[in-house]
Amino acid sequence: MNLERDLALEMLRRMLRIRLFEEATIELFHAGELPAMVHLSIGQEAAIAGACLATTADDYMTGNHRSHGHPIAKGARLDRLMAELLGKAGGVCKGKGGSMHLADFSVGSLGESGIVGSAIPVAVGAGLAADVLGNGLVALCFFGDGAANEGVLHESMNLAAVWKLPVVFFCENNGWAVSVRAGELTSVEDISVRATGYGMPGVTVDGQDPVATYEAVSAAVARARRGEGPSLVEAKTYRFHEHAYGLRVKNSYRDQSEVDVWRQERDPIDLFRRRLLDEGLADEAAVEALDAEVRAEVAAAVEFARDSPYPEPEEAYRDLYYVEGAST
Amino acid sequence: MSTAPAAARRAAQLGFLQAIQQAQHEEMTRDERVILMGQDLRANVFGAAQGFLEDFGPSRIRDLPLSEAASVGMAAGAAMAGLRPIVDLTVASFMFCAMDQFVSQVAKNRYMFGGQARMPVVFRQALYYHGGTAAHHADRPYPMFMNVPGLKIMVPSNGPDLKGLLKTAIRDDNPVLCFEDATLWGRRGRGAAPEDDDHLIPFGVASVPREGTDVTVIGIGGGVRHALDAAADLAGEGVSVEVVDPRTLVPMDWPAILASVAKTGRCVIVDPANRTCSAASEIAAHLVEEGFGSLRAPVLRVTSDDMHVPFSPVLEKQIYPSKEKVVAAVRRVLGVEK
Ligand SMILES: Cc1ncc(C[n+]2csc(CCOP(=O)(O)OP(=O)(O)O)c2C)c(N)n1
Ligand SMILES: [Mg+2]
Repeated sequence: MNLERDLALEMLRRMLRIRLFEEATIELFHAGELPAMVHLSIGQEAAIAGACLATTADDYMTGNHRSHGHPIAKGARLDRLMAELLGKAGGVCKGKGGSMHLADFSVGSLGESGIVGSAIPVAVGAGLAADVLGNGLVALCFFGDGAANEGVLHESMNLAAVWKLPVVFFCENNGWAVSVRAGELTSVEDISVRATGYGMPGVTVDGQDPVATYEAVSAAVARARRGEGPSLVEAKTYRFHEHAYGLRVKNSYRDQSEVDVWRQERDPIDLFRRRLLDEGLADEAAVEALDAEVRAEVAAAVEFARDSPYPEPEEAYRDLYYVEGAST
Repeated sequence: MSTAPAAARRAAQLGFLQAIQQAQHEEMTRDERVILMGQDLRANVFGAAQGFLEDFGPSRIRDLPLSEAASVGMAAGAAMAGLRPIVDLTVASFMFCAMDQFVSQVAKNRYMFGGQARMPVVFRQALYYHGGTAAHHADRPYPMFMNVPGLKIMVPSNGPDLKGLLKTAIRDDNPVLCFEDATLWGRRGRGAAPEDDDHLIPFGVASVPREGTDVTVIGIGGGVRHALDAAADLAGEGVSVEVVDPRTLVPMDWPAILASVAKTGRCVIVDPANRTCSAASEIAAHLVEEGFGSLRAPVLRVTSDDMHVPFSPVLEKQIYPSKEKVVAAVRRVLGVEK
């Protein structure tokens, strides 16, 4: 693909947003400011950014517990996401969802699920609505390699296929489901081959390359918008940190050397930055300016989150039902 | 014992994770038909399966994929065909993914097939609330399963009870759901470690961790701790609280509950589940039906509010039972009479 400069810089920007946002959460964790552990997408930024950039801000999206990257890449405001992680009133879910359950409807994010696999059919439903309403939108559905073994994924793929719904099933295969290596408890090496069983196209791409992901998802989105139905895209990527930051797994399950190799040789941001410089799409100054821009944005998000008050106790009792005329 | 240094005292006590570890290890050693399966078991993510793979081998210690429906139904099938599986589902909220298997297969197969099936299977899951995990991980769903005939349900409140009940559960030829209140994982859930390996606690036998005469406070799981803390406070005001811990919800020790309330005439039930159709609701209804004559005040429920668990630490705590709420309820049942 002939990469254009603006798109390339936007890819880098969104990857950096995820990376720096999450590095800030690590600091907050150590400062004792995070109420709970967080599941980091560091290492997986290219897969997420490439996929989201192939959609528009109006398109729908659902995701999982490793939730920060999805709304960030979809274009959500960082400050309200960060405030949510701290359980603050200014959070995108008013402090009621937290790290695993971000949702920002303003950018099509219909919610991330702490229950693995649980939000997959919700994306199919968004696809159904788009199809019935004829508004041309698509639904992007993030799930992990572990979630590929939940029955609900299979029911969802079948349904989306038979009704030719505009859904893109996007598997972030990050090599591990907590302590279980992808492939150990999954019957196939490439999850994308499962698409065949549901009569839809399936491809596996290099998840460390935002362009490869972008192209594959763009093709799937185009097919969905043409009314030809769903696709499955699998991005092979890697989780750089522990399953959840702060979690201590009793028995080590992966070699540190494996992690080191990915970090040193397959860091998606390092790789892409180098590519931009090599291909002359950006110079050092532009790359540094982008870095500074995102750093400032993340710092402002942290400040916003810290300054945001905690919710009033009564907030725990609101939003259970829709009430005509009540403010949200 | 009271003069022993705190560390030595703690060492002689049994926490939740050790209780599980010991119960499962002893029963797997005793009966090779017992197998243990769960997600991330081999890496011992939850901390109660240390050394099991080495001791029992890969055929009996199995990691499960993220496939809860298949895991639960598969365990039912294995039980019907001669194994005695223990399935560690980790977090109780994940049971919902397998609801059909619990209801349609695990609970019903013996009955529907005219008693041909035996279902010696144990499902273990933590009630993972009170820790900032938000609504998707924090359910206390045992009352939903009380509504399904054919399941036995244990909700222990301390390590020794957990060990003794779990061993009984593994030897039972019926399906048992073992709910482990994660608020008790820490030190406060401990109790003196039983001496013998054959420490078995029968189902349907309540314990009375504190005797009293004025009010019966029945605690479920972590609710027992609040009941005991409230009883200690109220003793200072001259109120004598009897604390009853049913330990198993199905079967329920109705005679013990009725006997205690016959003595005190008043009852408060502390249940971390959501209020509507909680275990507390069932106990209250039973008391009205069978113990009405001994009641001198309304039966009160101290439960979680009918609400999902909010993430923010400033929002979460208030929805659960607490010592303060129990004290207030006890005062109310005492005040009614005056
Ligand atoms: C239904 C359900 N089962 C188990 C869990 C516990 N759990 C949370 S994340 C996870 C692993 C998920 O693996 P994968 O889908 O590959 O996502 P990743 O964490 O690698 O991003 C597990 C077992 C859960 N949250 N929900
Ligand atoms: Mg994974």
